[in-house]
Parts: sequence; C-alpha cells; structure tokens
Amino acid sequence: MNEVTIISGRMNPRVDPHLEIWHWEIPFYLFMGGLAAGILFFAALYVLLNKEDKYGAAVKITPHLAPFVLVVGLLALLLDLNHKAYFWQLYTTIRLQSPMSWGAWVLMLITPISFIWSAIHIRTVFPNWEWKGILKTIEAFLVKQKRAIAWIMLFSSVILGIYTGILFSAFNARPLWNTSILGPLFLISGLSAGAAMNIIFSKDHAARLTFSRIDLMLISIELFLIIHMFMGFLASTQVQIDAAELFLGGPYTAVFWVLVVGMGLILPAILEILELKKYKIPVFVPAGLVLIGGLMLRFIIAYAGQESRWLY
Amino acid sequence: MRYAMAIDTKKCVGCSDCVVACQTENHVPIGYCRDWVVEILDGTYPQLEMEIRSERCCHCENAPCVRCCPTGASHISDGGTVLVKPHKCIGCGACIASCPYDARYPHPDGHVDKCTFCLHRVQKGLQPACVAACPTKCMYFGDLDNPRSDISMVLKKRKWKTLIPEAGTNPQLYYLI
Repeated sequence: MNEVTIISGRMNPRVDPHLEIWHWEIPFYLFMGGLAAGILFFAALYVLLNKEDKYGAAVKITPHLAPFVLVVGLLALLLDLNHKAYFWQLYTTIRLQSPMSWGAWVLMLITPISFIWSAIHIRTVFPNWEWKGILKTIEAFLVKQKRAIAWIMLFSSVILGIYTGILFSAFNARPLWNTSILGPLFLISGLSAGAAMNIIFSKDHAARLTFSRIDLMLISIELFLIIHMFMGFLASTQVQIDAAELFLGGPYTAVFWVLVVGMGLILPAILEILELKKYKIPVFVPAGLVLIGGLMLRFIIAYAGQESRWLY
Repeated sequence: MRYAMAIDTKKCVGCSDCVVACQTENHVPIGYCRDWVVEILDGTYPQLEMEIRSERCCHCENAPCVRCCPTGASHISDGGTVLVKPHKCIGCGACIASCPYDARYPHPDGHVDKCTFCLHRVQKGLQPACVAACPTKCMYFGDLDNPRSDISMVLKKRKWKTLIPEAGTNPQLYYLI
C-alpha cells in the first residue's frame, strides 16, 4: 500500500485535488476550430481539383459558416484566458516549441482568409450584392487569385486541424493527452464535421452522396485511430495504462463509448451506409450525430486528460 | 551558475514552516501556496515506512512549462531558475497543465504564479525564505557549478533522488534519502 498525503494542505484552486484549469471554453473552441478547418479544407480542395461546379455547396455555400464558427471559437478562447487584457502578447513573439503559439498564428492567417473567401462568394447568398469603390477592385483582384488563396487555405486548414489535437498531446504531464495520435484524430474528426456540414448544405443529391461516402471513410479512420490510441496506451507505461483505464471501466467509460463511439461514429456510419443503399434517411440525422460526437470527443478528452496524472 | 535545492527527507519533520515562510515572504494570496509538504506512507502495518518532504517547483533544466508557453512569459532566468513575467502572461493555463509536479497555480490577479527560488533574496546573498526558516536545517540551497558549495558537497556525500525523472524534465530539486 502506498498512501500519499499533502500534510500542509495544499489546495490551490483549479489545481487540486486534480487539475481543472480548462473548462468548457477549450474543448468548445477546439471543436469550432476543427469544424472550420474541415469546411475550409473541402472548399479549397474542390477548387484545386477544378470541381467547383460539381460541389458548388462545399465551395460557395458552406464556407460562409467558417468566419462565424472561427469568431465564436475565438471568443470562447478569449473567455478562457485569466489575463484577458494581455492576449495581444501572443502576437509579440513566435515560439516554435509552443503549440499554442502555432495555433495563435495560424488563426491569425486563416480567420481573415475565411472572411475573404466568404466575401468573394457572397453572391451565392445575396445574388444582387455589389461591392462598391475600391472594394470592387480588391474583389476583382482576389477572384483572380482564387487558386492561390485555396492553396493557402488548404495548408492552413490542415495545420489548424492538427494543432487542435497537438495542443493536448504536447503535455507529457497528462498521460491521457500525451499521445501523438490526438493530432491526426482531431484532424480527421474536424474533417468529418466539415463533411457533415456539407451533407447538410448540399442541395444536389449526388454531391450529398459523395460527402456521405467521404464521411464514411473518415469515420472508419477515426475508429481505427481510437483503437490504435488505446493499444498504444495499454502497451505503454503504468501512468498511460491508468489513463486508458479512465475509459475502460473508469468514470468516462459510458460517456465515451456510448456518446462518442456509439452515437457519434458507429450510428451515423450505419445511417450513411443505409443511405448509400438507397434508403431514405433525413440528412441532418447522421450529420447532426457526427457533429455532436465530435463535440463530445473534445469535451471528454479535455476533462479526462486533466484527471490523468503522474503519481509519485 | 546553476542554482539547485536539496532536501533531507531523513531530517524533515513536516512542520510546514517552509510553507508559511514562503507565503509571508512572497505575499502568496490566501488559500494558495508555492511550496507544500507531502507525507508518503508505504507498506502495511507493522512494516511501514514513511517519507516526509517539502515540495515546490523543480526548476527543471528541460522545463515543459517554458516550452509550451506561447508568449515567452515563462522563461529560464539567472542560475537556471524558471520564472514567470506577469506582464507577458496571458493566463492561458498551458504551463499549469504541462507541469508534472503541479507546481504552478493561477494567481487571482490573472497571471500564473510559482516558486522563484526566492531569487530576489538569493541575489542579495540571502537564502530562500523556506531554507532560512527550516527549524531542522534539512534544506540546502546553492550553486551546483561551484564544487565547494554546500549543496554540491552534500549531493556528493549522500544518496539522492529527484521526482519523476522519467518525465524527462531533469529537475534541480534533489531529495536526500
């Protein structure tokens, strides 16, 4: 038996008895970041593949969500800071070893780009919209540079998607987070959320089926990554085995396997397969489940990670 | 210069004087602490072993808090001490999550706070408040680069350990065992 007691009564708020430094703001923001990354990724991809007309919704309609999603996510991020008035210090330095610094700078790049993308496709929402004066010249210039913008958007959306996971995996102090699988897992989950949004907004049935197929593939990759993550934990050191136990019999078992894996991945996958088999499935059901599953994944990883720790 | 601290677990009685001395010296807000005392009871009765030790920031050489800080507020200062610049800190909490020793806490003023090895005292030639206050003289503080300093001598003479060396942080807080 080994009993550890802090006899001087350390009870630092938000650190003891276990870490509670990050609340809903961080997982919510990570979901919004991943969703925006997914939406912008598909928009850029289909422009670069010259399939803009075939997948009109993915290029011209869904991306109008991205600026809102990013701004709301950024507001949540600001809300999380304890020293809010100093947030601009993020932009006084570039720190390559800090995932948060990467995130701050990539958001500085992708947020304005999402606004530009929305601005040059505004006529899909307001057909009679005309930019005036100098804005018209700028728009003409930007429309000409659309492929260049798409390339920047493609790369920065992938960085944004991966960074939302690396933010956690860079902490070796929290064994549950300390797995490099979280980077790809959150990226794929973000892309899946983006595909789900495109399923909702695509009016054309063929495009919708394509996104269902893409989403099905992404869900399979996600399931594979989740299994891989647990294999990695169980083959690792005691602290990581303990971390995996949180999901394998511990307090997060039910929420994770039912809400994330069951309702967020397997059920929408079954519904999408049925849809491909020509059954009539209301589109927002599988898409909505994927979105809720993605949100739950981030909440559960964020909260459970703060409960996992080294014991010494 | 490489400041380090060694604590003799055979002499520490767990009186918590170091904790109070630190809170007083550094105006630590009420309800918080930069150092704390841990008691570890190992075994089953009657084969019991107990270790008491005072813990604080380990001023790691490979400090995860400094690596993950997005603004450079957490930095390595004189003698390898790990410090926080409050006016650069945005209070994001990354360093708090990155510390395997949970040695940092969010200060009510918004920035992050932690042990400084009492650098303001050390630079005046004084000992850190916790070391100065220890009634059993179980704490040693000094420069590891000087082979004749108290701390270098005691680490040569005695067996010691560091906390979670497998976390790869290379802590500079030693426990004599």
